[in-house]
Amino acid sequence: MEVICNGEKREVQPGTSVDSFIRDHGLDPKNMAVECDGVIINAEQFKDYLLQDGMVVELIRFVGGGASC
Amino acid sequence: MLEIAGHQFGSRLLVGTGKFSSADQMQAAINASGSEIVTVALRRVNLDDPDDDILGVLEEDKYLFLPNTSGARNAEEAIRLANLARASHGGEWLKLEVTPDPRTLLPDPIETLRATDLLVRDGFKVLPYMNADPILALRLQDVGAAAVMPLGSLIGTNLGIQTRMQVEIIIAQANVPVIVDAGLGAPSHAALAMELGADAVLVNTAIAVSGDPVGMAMAFAKGVQSGREAFNAGLGMSSVDASASSREAGLDFLR
Repeated sequence: MEVICNGEKREVQPGTSVDSFIRDHGLDPKNMAVECDGVIINAEQFKDYLLQDGMVVELIRFVGGGASC
Repeated sequence: MLEIAGHQFGSRLLVGTGKFSSADQMQAAINASGSEIVTVALRRVNLDDPDDDILGVLEEDKYLFLPNTSGARNAEEAIRLANLARASHGGEWLKLEVTPDPRTLLPDPIETLRATDLLVRDGFKVLPYMNADPILALRLQDVGAAAVMPLGSLIGTNLGIQTRMQVEIIIAQANVPVIVDAGLGAPSHAALAMELGADAVLVNTAIAVSGDPVGMAMAFAKGVQSGREAFNAGLGMSSVDASASSREAGLDFLR
């Protein structure tokens, strides 16, 4: 199946959790914010929350910034 | 001590983490600034570059991360970013920025007030970036802003405090800390803000794009400190009439 993550199509196996999806991309789930279809998924749900076909996923984290863009 | 929302901070200089040429340079400059509050932005993770994590170098227990809502064009976008910030880090602190106009990056006063009201009700400690409008500062304070952050001049311009009269009125009226934000391009600008009685200043561009960010961070720290000391000591009255500082008596021999 396929999800749209940060605007790009990504192939995932059915049954993939948010936690494994993040780790599969070489990322650390710590301090990461996740939205699935516009709903924020809390960190404690990452391991249990399964991605669905066609889901729009946003992975967000802190970057350098002071004021505006 | 600077006190915001019941929390005390030893430094009155807040620094931004944007525009540095490397993570190491950012870390060294922030360390040299003595700042305890650093602003950060929220953006999509780069899936093709998982090591692109500039904040990985900052010790989380040493600084208060103050996430901003940069990029938000209205209250709804700002609230979405605020909730993502809380989800990613668990904190309630927020530098609210609502800047719909890409040319000036001026904050939208109506959306900023609306978002502040909603976010405070939702438990956030909101520090709104605002134009230097004394009435707006009072309205933001009334809906529960933890501090107000009037601009000195447009973001990133290094033009200093072009809003001096309004900033002075805001400081005179505020019951919450006043943090002058945006446009402070030189340590003397920061010193002036502090001499006027600002509680703190936020600086990013002037430090990050300097030829020597560490040296500039130290210079800003001194500017902030000297301005605060001058404010505490009390500046003399200004006047358009001259007033000799050498005494008049004893000049008889010249006349």
